[in-house]
Amino acid sequence: MTRTIYEFTESFRIAFGQIRANAMRSVLTALGVIIGIVAVTLMGTAINGIDIGFRNSLAMLGEDMLYVQRWPWRRVEDWWNYVNRPPIRFEMAEQLNRIIENTPNSLLEVAVPVAGRGTSVKAGDVKLTGIVIFGTTADYSRIVTTDVTDGRLFNDVEANTGRQVCVLGSSVAENLFPGRSALDQVVDIRGQHFTVIGVLAKQGEFLGLFSFDNQIVVPLNALRKYWGSRIDLELRVKVRDKLRMTQAEEELTGAMRRVRRQLPGERDNFSINQQQAFKEQLDPVKTGIAVAGLFITGLSLFVGAIGIMNITFVSVKERTKEIGTRKALGARRRTILLQFLIEAVSICLIGGVVGLAITFFTCLGISVALPALPVEFSAGLMVISMVVSIVTGIVSGFAPAWGASRLDPVEALRYE
Amino acid sequence: MIPPVAPADARRRTVRPPGALVIKIEGVTKLYKMGSETIHALRGVNLEIYRNEYLAIMGPSGSGKSTLMNMLGCLDTPTAGRYDFNGKNVAHMVDDELAEIRNREIGFVFQTFNLLPRSDALHNVELPLIYAGIPAHARHEKALAALRNVGLGDRVHHRPNELSGGQRQRVAIARALVNHPSILLADEPTGNLDSKTGEEIMGLFEQLYDQGHTIIVVTHEEDIARHARRIVRLRDGLIESDTTVA
Ligand SMILES: Nc1ncnc2c1ncn2[C@@H]1O[C@H](COP(=O)(O)OP(=O)(O)OP(=O)(O)O)[C@@H](O)[C@H]1O
Ligand SMILES: [Mg+2]
Repeated sequence: MTRTIYEFTESFRIAFGQIRANAMRSVLTALGVIIGIVAVTLMGTAINGIDIGFRNSLAMLGEDMLYVQRWPWRRVEDWWNYVNRPPIRFEMAEQLNRIIENTPNSLLEVAVPVAGRGTSVKAGDVKLTGIVIFGTTADYSRIVTTDVTDGRLFNDVEANTGRQVCVLGSSVAENLFPGRSALDQVVDIRGQHFTVIGVLAKQGEFLGLFSFDNQIVVPLNALRKYWGSRIDLELRVKVRDKLRMTQAEEELTGAMRRVRRQLPGERDNFSINQQQAFKEQLDPVKTGIAVAGLFITGLSLFVGAIGIMNITFVSVKERTKEIGTRKALGARRRTILLQFLIEAVSICLIGGVVGLAITFFTCLGISVALPALPVEFSAGLMVISMVVSIVTGIVSGFAPAWGASRLDPVEALRYE
Repeated sequence: MIPPVAPADARRRTVRPPGALVIKIEGVTKLYKMGSETIHALRGVNLEIYRNEYLAIMGPSGSGKSTLMNMLGCLDTPTAGRYDFNGKNVAHMVDDELAEIRNREIGFVFQTFNLLPRSDALHNVELPLIYAGIPAHARHEKALAALRNVGLGDRVHHRPNELSGGQRQRVAIARALVNHPSILLADEPTGNLDSKTGEEIMGLFEQLYDQGHTIIVVTHEEDIARHARRIVRLRDGLIESDTTVA
């Protein structure tokens, strides 16, 4: 037992001596492994980062929220089945809420109408484009997924009378009123003046596509005054128990069909969306990254493994006489096998560590240069890459090491 | 357990009485197949070697000296015949069993020294102890003692390329003896040395003999063989003569 430990340390000592003595050769050989490890770890960080960014983004939508809309959150081939669906109207929210109230043990809590429209806004000389105006009711306070950092949301009276007040997303507030409080300032939305009564907390980007901080929330009735009452909107329905989303969706479908006065057998003329839909769309992307990453990893590790096998064969050949000497001094087969295996594994491990370092600094660079891009370096990745390196070393070093351990001592000693 | 080194004196040689039987080979043959041709390197050798002997194996080139030496050193097994080492038949042992015997019972000295080039003298000498499973501290002590015994106490951290040929061979001898083997086997130990250094090495062998080591030297030089107490001459794979010279 102790003998094995001594042989182990001796093997490491030889391996590192050997690698140091042939630094250039070892580095070139490790290149394949380095590339492989960089590929596997970068892929891991990308998938990790996507997952985390995704989770954050979905949290903005609300895990317990159902969205009643005309269109589903997925690509549809039969667009003609959707384009003629009747719009979703303001009154439907009230009707839906009445049904919810009258349903005993309803899984649904409240339905809130939300109308959204992109536009540009002004305050003094500052003009902002690409802003989304959301019109909603006072019930919005019950479904909002973010905090109000400054001021408040509008109340029932303001909402019902269509008062021209607004709550700004954090970016809008910062950009329109840099360095000062936005409260009580006036924002010009399409020629109408709205007084700021609140500012929302920063939320970040949704899947890197658009920012939730570029929104302005106003009373829906104020919007309807200028943009017409037939404005198309969505209903956001909060569910009481986010673990029962499926049942909640069924209940909501039934309620909506009543609201829409749909006949039995008729196809739903609305869609109920939830964050789950995005997850399903994102999975193929993640799979794609994983497949591409694994392909690159596999290829470079394969090339790396062949390189290491080759270098180990060369190493065995060069040191045939040394192997003979060691055998004469009492090294057993296992000892010689171990020595060359450890040498191969050591090169791989060095490659693995270098690859890991490259990934680490790449991630660091990305997170500094592009903070929006979600990259996540994790301990799991370190473990995976170490395991991959060791396995590569063992696989590629085994054949030459086995050959070395079987060498006939006399033949090996005679080798010039 | 090692008596102090007595000054070498070629004129008044000590002859120690032979001890227990260490090696006994009977009817040993070794064949090499080269394509269709079969080479008889050994054709039936009988030999007994006792503890405390100082033996030289001589013979012309190709007579089978190295083949016999490899056999005695358990580096190789005979094609036929019996080989008892310390009473154990080693003729049919497998690789790792032979490695065990080489590690504990046999010390090798090679013509080309065969030191590890990147390791210092101390580590080279420690090598057999590593394979024997001796802990680092004891290993260190034993290796130091072995190096001092061959007069290299002040060269322990020199690498082979920082040592002269004679010093390298001394390191190799220290390495061969560090595990206290039953026999010391040297195949042409002075073959790569000039005659003066060769004489020094033979002087060292004389001292080792006086310390109680059993030594077998392969050589084709009469000057070297002269140091031994017994000379075995080979010719064409057979023992031609076996003489004791006191
Ligand atoms: N591995 C081998 N394959 C084939 N023939 C071999 C092998 N080893 C030795 N021989 C042959 O066996 C015979 C004895 O060889 P050996 O090496 O024992 O001679 P030697 O007495 O040591 O000679 P030298 O003084 O030149 O070292 C020679 O004819 C040699 O060619
Ligand atoms: Mg020879």
